[in-house]
Amino acid sequence: MAEQLLEVKGLKVRFTTEDGVVRAVDDVSFELQRGKVLGVVGESGSGKSVTAMTILGLTRDKNTAFEGEVAYRGENLLALPEARLREVRGNEIAMIFQDPMTSLNPVYTVGDQIVEAIVTHEQASKQEAKRRAVELLRQVGIPNPQQRVDDYPHQFSGGMRQRAMIAMALSCNPDVLIADEPTTALDVTIQAQILELLDRLRADFDSAVILITHDLGVVAEVADEIVVMYAGRIVERGAKRQVFYDPQHPYTWGLLGSIPRLDRPKPKKLHSIEGTPPSLINLPQGCKFRPRCPHAFEKCFEEPELRNRVEDRGHLDRCWLTVDQKRSVRESTIAGEERVVA
Amino acid sequence: MTEPQSQNGNTLVQVESLKKYFPIRKGVLSREVARVHAVDDVTFSVAEGETLGLVGESGCGKSTLGRCIVRLLEPTAGDIVFDGTSIGGLGARKLRPLRREMQMIFQDPYASLNPRKRVGTIISDPMRIHGIGDRKERKQKVENLLRTVGLSPEHYNRFPHEFSGGQRQRIGVARALALRPKLIVADEPVSALDVSIQAQMVNLLEELQDEFRLTYVFIAHDLGVVRHVSDRIAVMYLGKLVELSPAEELYTRPIMPYTEALLSAVPVPDPDLAERRERIVLEGDVPSPINPPSGCRFHPRCRYATEICSQVEPPLVDYGNGHLAACHHPLNVDKATLAQVQASPAHTPEAADPSALPEDPGKEHAQPVPRPD
Repeated sequence: MAEQLLEVKGLKVRFTTEDGVVRAVDDVSFELQRGKVLGVVGESGSGKSVTAMTILGLTRDKNTAFEGEVAYRGENLLALPEARLREVRGNEIAMIFQDPMTSLNPVYTVGDQIVEAIVTHEQASKQEAKRRAVELLRQVGIPNPQQRVDDYPHQFSGGMRQRAMIAMALSCNPDVLIADEPTTALDVTIQAQILELLDRLRADFDSAVILITHDLGVVAEVADEIVVMYAGRIVERGAKRQVFYDPQHPYTWGLLGSIPRLDRPKPKKLHSIEGTPPSLINLPQGCKFRPRCPHAFEKCFEEPELRNRVEDRGHLDRCWLTVDQKRSVRESTIAGEERVVA
Repeated sequence: MTEPQSQNGNTLVQVESLKKYFPIRKGVLSREVARVHAVDDVTFSVAEGETLGLVGESGCGKSTLGRCIVRLLEPTAGDIVFDGTSIGGLGARKLRPLRREMQMIFQDPYASLNPRKRVGTIISDPMRIHGIGDRKERKQKVENLLRTVGLSPEHYNRFPHEFSGGQRQRIGVARALALRPKLIVADEPVSALDVSIQAQMVNLLEELQDEFRLTYVFIAHDLGVVRHVSDRIAVMYLGKLVELSPAEELYTRPIMPYTEALLSAVPVPDPDLAERRERIVLEGDVPSPINPPSGCRFHPRCRYATEICSQVEPPLVDYGNGHLAACHHPLNVDKATLAQVQASPAHTPEAADPSALPEDPGKEHAQPVPRPD
């Protein structure tokens, strides 16, 4: 078995706000192995970005409360002092942010920003760091890196900026790369380039990747394992093929059904999940998906735990329906025909 | 919603050789130093009750084209005929009565609603401006509209910030519907929304189309959504219309290599299929529309490009069944169709088969290239 790099155990994140306590992440657990890609899927407000930022200690604040553990090579990142965390951040665990337009500093050249990352973490001279920066830009596919390294972010296109972000994230050879919606702001053609690049880099650098996205198509292409999040919780978790071909949670079905698919005949109507995600301040009782679930019954007023219910051991879900019930109604739910089991 | 209606139904919008250039000015005298060729010589029509999907990468001119159609922008050249009236050069005053007939839904539901106005005002303002009804009637209408788009009439007095993204987009739709327009140009109406909400929105737009006999120009970069809503689809690249086809056919039989690449770049939510299929990854970025490539604008990124592609701009050619494409090396075309197309003197397309490459590309200017068989 591959080396386990990161383990998140029972992570809870709460923000105290004027309106009340936001339960952004609740009891999230997963492991990450070297060389693997973990896809985290969910809609806005499902807690996927907060989970990622918490791993890197970016949510630390006097109004934030944490529970649980983020174990990275035997150290609990949640309890690490800021100074030590800074050594880990960027050096051992790096992050690629969603919006390449706003996450680069417009008043420094792209090269300067990569050089800064290198000299912060390593004993490298400026010249040496600059040479590495050029090399990194070449690796991520920027044409003419010798000249482009001195360009400012506004001289780069969206796709090139995202490549520069990736170059920066890779600058210190991190073990874990967290990519938060790395392709959402990009066109499909550029998205394909970036996904191919991420896949190649994972192999070259032998790092592990947490890929956060709302796009199940992206996950199908590059992930090994999938975590589906809803209202701050993991509702389903398993290997890619388990989640795609034997999905166990009605929310996963809903997600699968809402994508208009090019590989299937056109349905008359798209399946949509009725209603909107709940407020994280005022969560529904029991299963958090209950108010939107077409198959909800009395038992759902009690919250199901995330555990293994199917034959495959690694496949976990959070739903009270029996496996047989699920398998019998699943297809029609994904297709948008509503039929209630219980 | 399923049949292509370009040939039968009445034409509602006719776009003729439309051009929109944006000047780039520099220096103290603001002299024009260059032009952005945002939309460059585009011709097509939209039939009544039809949904025309408009796709392409960012910067291809699809939004500019949409804005020209509803005359939020004045075209540089060419014309738009809306319901029999030429509106390409009309002034603001003459346009005003026509504005009732065409409305727009914008991409960003956070930026397209005035945060200081209440929902009721936002939706009733178009009616007030056009002098429809009195205050009471308008309120009645707004409440009905709110119900139509799936909101509650009690939302009348709320502000936009009190709503989620999906609900705000519904407000935008209600505002567009307020004047009972014939045409709605929807510019990326679902791309800012979460997937589950996206599906709700797409379904709503389809229901409204049936209910109000609407004609849509649906601008989007998501090829899945576009396939779902459109009767016909137009593909744009760098200001040019490169392919126009009945919706289903575009996906099964793309003619233009750019369309093929675009389709293959869409990730498929099916791991086995994703592994099996061949993916065409286009190199590089879209070139600058300030100085577009010569000949076929796609040629620097095209895997079938030959010398002719950099020299001669391919015309938009009809391959039958309302399927038009502009390419020297069309894909998925049988020999008979190709021969027919070549018979027309202006055209020089040939098969995308590598063995069909021209031997002496210098000659191509003058006459059609004979196919080698």
